[in-house]
Amino acid sequence: MATDNIMKVNLKVWRQAGPKEKGGFVTYENVETTPDTSFLETLDILNESLIEKGEEPIVFDHDCREGICGMCSLYINGHPHGPATGATTCQLYMRRFKNGETITVEPWRSAAFPVLKDLMVNRNAFDQIQQAGGYVSFNCGGAQDANAIPISKVDADEAMDSATCIGCGACVAACKNGSAMLFVSAKVSQFVLLPQGRVEAAKRVKAMVAKMDELGFGNCTNTRACEAECPKRISISNIARMNREFLCAKLKD
Amino acid sequence: MSNSCLSSIGKKLIMSISGLFLVLFLLFHMSMNLVAVFSGEAYNAVCEFLGANWYALVGTMVLALGFIVHIVFAFILSLQNRKARGAERYAYQEKPAAVEWASQNMLVLGSIVFVGLILHLSQFWYKMQFAEIAGITNQYGVADGAAWMQYYFSQLPVVICYLVWFVAIWFHLCHGFWSALQTIGWNNKVWMDRWKCISNIFATVVMLGFAAVVIAAYIKSLC
Ligand code: HEM
Ligand code: SF4
Ligand code: FES
Repeated sequence: MATDNIMKVNLKVWRQAGPKEKGGFVTYENVETTPDTSFLETLDILNESLIEKGEEPIVFDHDCREGICGMCSLYINGHPHGPATGATTCQLYMRRFKNGETITVEPWRSAAFPVLKDLMVNRNAFDQIQQAGGYVSFNCGGAQDANAIPISKVDADEAMDSATCIGCGACVAACKNGSAMLFVSAKVSQFVLLPQGRVEAAKRVKAMVAKMDELGFGNCTNTRACEAECPKRISISNIARMNREFLCAKLKD
Repeated sequence: MSNSCLSSIGKKLIMSISGLFLVLFLLFHMSMNLVAVFSGEAYNAVCEFLGANWYALVGTMVLALGFIVHIVFAFILSLQNRKARGAERYAYQEKPAAVEWASQNMLVLGSIVFVGLILHLSQFWYKMQFAEIAGITNQYGVADGAAWMQYYFSQLPVVICYLVWFVAIWFHLCHGFWSALQTIGWNNKVWMDRWKCISNIFATVVMLGFAAVVIAAYIKSLC
């Protein structure tokens, strides 16, 4: 590691011992890292030094570290997944920050995502919404010939775009209403646009919205903060589609 | 259908339908006011027509109901949303550039609209339609809308209050109009920007229409 490449940052991190415990910020000064180190690796470096000192390391969620699993979270300097657009926290590099900068790191804040410890929140509510209807319940068989069921390129693209949602919860974290509409609408859309998913569309949308409401997520007021902060750039046009599907399904009841 | 009213989307549907109903009313009210700029007599004929007749009273009741539904659901939704946000707030927050200010302050804007509405009703409705029903006689009479307008809008503080009120409604509409269509589900990637553009133009035209009447009356009072 070339020494001229070293940068130091102050990390102001939310520490909270447990779900019921009172939390607060602790600032770790002069954490040494490099511009080409990822944000999570910088937290690893800090954690190693904490362990060496016999202190509790900072708890945070992560898994794939390549932007596909949706496990990483963190509200960094006022943005879920940090200041970069269209990227997850694990894809965030220290070159985004200035040498000597103080970086504020907070957990997702939403009633439906309670803090478990430090920066880790419980996102089980998303699993419950998925379990309520985010699947096709019959056997679709093996992969078909591409020409067996014609699907327009537009629909295939839209479905694929919706399916890129990784369920990270940044939309909820960004929303002043704690609404999960972007996530749920992406999951509804990825199925509804394709023939296999269309079959159970009405049942699915009613079940998923009911579960979302039951779990205490807020009501969307179309502020578009979710779309701006989503690492996968999911569009709120999905929300319009879900509302359409939901209202039509209810009218048919 | 009944239980969809209790879901989040159902409540938002009520919000958007009542909002669009109020938007239509504003458009009608603005067109009616513009008459006053051209002819006080013609305006008074409209006022006469909308006095204490059964159809005007039914209209007033339906309108009041529209407001009540919109306001009641505004508070229900806003309270739920506050709760969903959780007790702990972010210490450091930055609004993404794409987020319109109005979209995050609809309740504040709506409350300003409501306060302005009370002032407005006390000045015009109470002195006109209500006075007619109650048989109260007053300064300019219950159907001389043009005279009431001239009386109030020759006072600068009143003019300023109305203009502030119009700005609040303008913000509420710029977001509200396209938001209502999005809520109903009548939107997609192509129409998103179109609706937003139409919202801004519509809100601007309607509110300029209202402002023109107030300003014209004020200028007339100076001459
Ligand atoms: C001139 C009268 C008014 C008009 C034309 C109007 C119109 C609208 C429209 C079209 C919407 C969008 C609905 C949607 O997003 O689905 C809206 C939303 C809203 N209005 Fe009004 N409104 C008026 C008065 C008020 C008043 C008096 C209040 C409350 C004190 C209020 C509070 C709200 C709130 C909080 C929202 C956001 C609700 C949400 O998105 O969940 N409005 N309004
Ligand atoms: S919609 Fe975007 S922000 Fe929300 S869970 Fe999916 S990927 Fe994350
Ligand atoms: S750790 Fe998997 S998306 Fe960030």
